[in-house]
Amino acid sequence: MMRSVLPVLTVLAVILGVWWGAVAPMNIRVALDQAERADLVVVPEGSVVRRDVSVWRLIASNTEHVATGYALERPRLPTPTQVGQELWKTTGAMVQRGRAWSKRSLIYHGWITLQSTLWGFALGTALGILGAVAIVYSRVVDMSLMPWAIISQTIPIVALAPMIIILSSQFGIDGRGFPKAIISAYLCFFPVLVGMVKGLRSPASSQLDLLQTYNATGLQSFLKLRLPSSIPYLFTSLKIGIAAALVGTIVGELPTGAISGLGARILIGDQFGTPLAIWAALFAAAILAGVLVTLLDLTQRITLTRMGMRS
Amino acid sequence: MSWLIAGLVFWAMAWVFNVWIARSAWADSLAARIIVPVLFGFTLVILWEALVRHFNVSQVILPPPSMVAQTFAASTDILWQDFRQTVLKGALSGYIIGALAAFGTAVLIDRSRFLTRGLLPVGNFVAALPIVGIAPILVSWFGFDWHSKSAVVVVMVFFPLLVNTVQGLQDTDAMSRDLMRTYAASYSQTLMKLRIPAALPFVFNGLKIATTLALIGAIVAEYFGSPTRGMGFRISTGVGSLSIDLVWAEIFVAAIVGSAFYGGVALIERRVTFWHPSQRG
Repeated sequence: MMRSVLPVLTVLAVILGVWWGAVAPMNIRVALDQAERADLVVVPEGSVVRRDVSVWRLIASNTEHVATGYALERPRLPTPTQVGQELWKTTGAMVQRGRAWSKRSLIYHGWITLQSTLWGFALGTALGILGAVAIVYSRVVDMSLMPWAIISQTIPIVALAPMIIILSSQFGIDGRGFPKAIISAYLCFFPVLVGMVKGLRSPASSQLDLLQTYNATGLQSFLKLRLPSSIPYLFTSLKIGIAAALVGTIVGELPTGAISGLGARILIGDQFGTPLAIWAALFAAAILAGVLVTLLDLTQRITLTRMGMRS
Repeated sequence: MSWLIAGLVFWAMAWVFNVWIARSAWADSLAARIIVPVLFGFTLVILWEALVRHFNVSQVILPPPSMVAQTFAASTDILWQDFRQTVLKGALSGYIIGALAAFGTAVLIDRSRFLTRGLLPVGNFVAALPIVGIAPILVSWFGFDWHSKSAVVVVMVFFPLLVNTVQGLQDTDAMSRDLMRTYAASYSQTLMKLRIPAALPFVFNGLKIATTLALIGAIVAEYFGSPTRGMGFRISTGVGSLSIDLVWAEIFVAAIVGSAFYGGVALIERRVTFWHPSQRG
């Protein structure tokens, strides 16, 4: 674990370095347009003329304006520090002023997204576990459901997202959270189902036979053998499932004109041309995903240690 | 009323038939493995049709499957045009570029243990992120046509493939590597003859995950701006203009394409990695 800290930090530093370096060529045209409007000397003049000149030549002949590209208000590619500042401005700084739940705060939007994610996660996990139990115990369910569970994952869910929203509003469920939760449940269902089928089938037949010699009922052998031995599989698939559920919620927010949630921040940032808001929302989503997976990982460690499956 | 009863009767009969097959002696035959799930899916469609007709659901909310089928047959030219724009131009080109880039990067990174150790956790983390969110950024960088869709797909498929390939390249045991060394095999010989073949099951696993991601990326990117064709464009405008039957036809195409894409990759996997235990079944 500790051995990989230095390599990970190195990789992150390289990524940040490349990002930082890419800002200059990405933003040079916007920076030069801005400098020209401020009556500064720009070579060559006129943004139409500059369109035919490569970015590298523009950088070489306008070295004094490269720095402008690192401090644009609406950059094509913001610098890491700009994104960090925007993130802080919309989270920590709002908390300090006591406005954590304002509509401009990413904490508020993150909470909206988190709610739908958790509902979808709970629903998808419950369906996945129930489906797995049915598949393990009933041959006909196994034969008819399993192929469709696989096919359902090859269908791009985003195509269905607008329809789910129309349908759920028709059934009188007009909360915006509900359709998003359905989409995230749809994405989270499959990893849990597959993991649990594997887990419930993991006991060796000698173990099942042993329980039979004890004259254990079906329920007893489920509770005392199959379920406990499926727990490691369950946690592995829960970690995949929660990440998938978050993706589902954000995908559900993107094409549907949602007004709150991290996906909606991305959408609104796109419509109002504020790239910094998009980047901040993207990083907030990444942080949220990281926190959720880490929490599940901790729960897994604690549970497995308690159950004696980890030394 | 009769529609509802007919639907329920069909459901019950299909259920009984499926149970009978699953308990019969032919349950393990190929025919049973195909018939049972097909009948199950067919039952769902029949139930959908029966429910929609029985409750007189307006077709701007949920059209019956028969109507979707009619629309599908009547608008094949639009669907074909959208298919070409979204799947062939956007998704497929991005998928191929992304796969080649990920494979190349993985082989390069694999030479350094230090980089591998650093990149695997980062790549795993990035692969779990909602990367679709970068779609609006890439659309504003690369314009409305299929190039931006392709770019979104490249970014989306890159990390899952990279992680899988890097893991696969490490999946050779010390015995095999030692054997190659006793043959005095060079780095490239070991790579070509031992490590890449050993990595293929992992690579195909990543390629299969990436098929769905590629379609999702191409469709979502079209929600953020596209020329007046493409599956994502048709879906988002169809919902607005209440031509829901066309949207469902488009969803049907997406489902077929997604399954065919996945099935195609799985078929190639079977031919290429026939030696792997998971394929010998």
